[in-house]
Amino acid sequence: MTKVLTDARSIRIKGRSFLAVVLSPDLPLDEWLTRLDDLASRSAGFFLGRPVVLDVTDLDIDRGQLKELLTAFADRNVSIMGIEGARPSLLGPGMPPALKGGRPVSEDSMAKEPAVEVPAGKLSPEVIREVRPPLQSIIVREPIRSGQSVIFPEGDVTVIGSVASGAEVIAGGSVHIYGTLRGRVMAGSVGNSSARIFCRKLDAELLAIDGIYQVAENMAASLKGQPVQLWLENDTIMAEKLA
Amino acid sequence: MGKVIVVTSGKGGVGKTTSSAALGAALAQKGEKVVVVDFDVGLRNLDLVMGAERRVVYDIVNVIQGDAKLPQALIRDKRLETLFLLPASQTRDKDALTPEGVETVITELRRVFDWVICDSPAGIERGATLAMRHADIAVVVTNPEVSSVRDSDRIIGLLDAKTLKAERGERMEKHLLLTRYDPLRAERGDMLKVDDVLEILSIPLIGIIPESMDVLRASNIGAPVTLADARSAPAQAYFDAARRLCGEALPITVPGEKRGLFGKIFGRKAA
Repeated sequence: MTKVLTDARSIRIKGRSFLAVVLSPDLPLDEWLTRLDDLASRSAGFFLGRPVVLDVTDLDIDRGQLKELLTAFADRNVSIMGIEGARPSLLGPGMPPALKGGRPVSEDSMAKEPAVEVPAGKLSPEVIREVRPPLQSIIVREPIRSGQSVIFPEGDVTVIGSVASGAEVIAGGSVHIYGTLRGRVMAGSVGNSSARIFCRKLDAELLAIDGIYQVAENMAASLKGQPVQLWLENDTIMAEKLA
Repeated sequence: MGKVIVVTSGKGGVGKTTSSAALGAALAQKGEKVVVVDFDVGLRNLDLVMGAERRVVYDIVNVIQGDAKLPQALIRDKRLETLFLLPASQTRDKDALTPEGVETVITELRRVFDWVICDSPAGIERGATLAMRHADIAVVVTNPEVSSVRDSDRIIGLLDAKTLKAERGERMEKHLLLTRYDPLRAERGDMLKVDDVLEILSIPLIGIIPESMDVLRASNIGAPVTLADARSAPAQAYFDAARRLCGEALPITVPGEKRGLFGKIFGRKAA
């Protein structure tokens, strides 16, 4: 018997990027846990409220040892939100999910995390991160080639060059392209509806601002090949030719 | 120390093997010591175009696996004594190539030859990435049509990511070779114009090879087009491209549709 969908509205599914701390333990685990305790004692609350990913790539342990490790983390109030690099045989029910496709992040983005309490006494450089205002924008000086992705959830992206067909730019803020836009651009990707997209020549495959999409087919033909700015108004993407 | 050139494209069938052979023969005719290396394991064609298919004993996979020494696998061209071929295996596939093996072979070839031309297979996987890994110069072969241009753009992105030069933070010298150019179709708008391709790819142009029956004739008789018919339009364009590779600053000429009377008389040698 076929099930009928009772509600015609679909559920809004979004993608979001979060920054996570990755811990990569090494053997022997007891010694590593001691070093972890040392870190936690020198900076109280470092792990409080911070999602942590466990990286077990190249770690020679079995499922039992992994379970013990996870218990050890729970005892220390470290919440493991996912496991990276685990062989399928290692994971079981009740364990954090397997994560794939993590990207390394610069030190500056890490500094955005809540400030670490600075205890009196000796400070170790790798524990205390200098808290600076985060970078609001990046500039890409070369054309973005097909198949390349520029992902910058922290702010604006400026491209001095073209964005090729099959390339994509995903920014938390606005996207400025001093060239031809032939690929995909997603501005305001972390929930910023005031983000805008600017380009010298519009030939995009897909545009999105804060989750609202528009594909090339639905774009006004008069805008093609023109310098355009796009913004969001009442859940619709508005476009205007630039002077 | 020789220079390693990778002839790559992303898209298949655009003229990588033809161009590798033609450029190799053109450089050898200038007296340079050249080896053309076929990286298309399992679908080898360079030996056919070079006319060496009946003389292949050992191939690059044999050398990598230690079954043969490099001099045993190299085939000297019968017409040009400074031109050699290192064929690919036909019975294996690209997984038989290992990064360490390829590194050893290229290092040894670099010591002996002035130019090592790597004929890359189509695609972006192991065969193509291994062919480009040790290159100093890249020749990106593109047809003036949309799918080829997009694939070439992809491969240019990979040249800036997956090569030793990129990993060392250096810039790979990239050149665009536009092949199968038909001026009539460009005029009608069926094919992209040269400027359109350059605007999308943004790399310097090293030559425009016109579409021509001479290329097919040359591969049928088993000779690079610059050997089979040196006066044909594509051969002339390849000779110019080879000169530009050597550093000469020749202006690019866009092929027109009409050949002069001389071209018509002398340019059509029987195969």
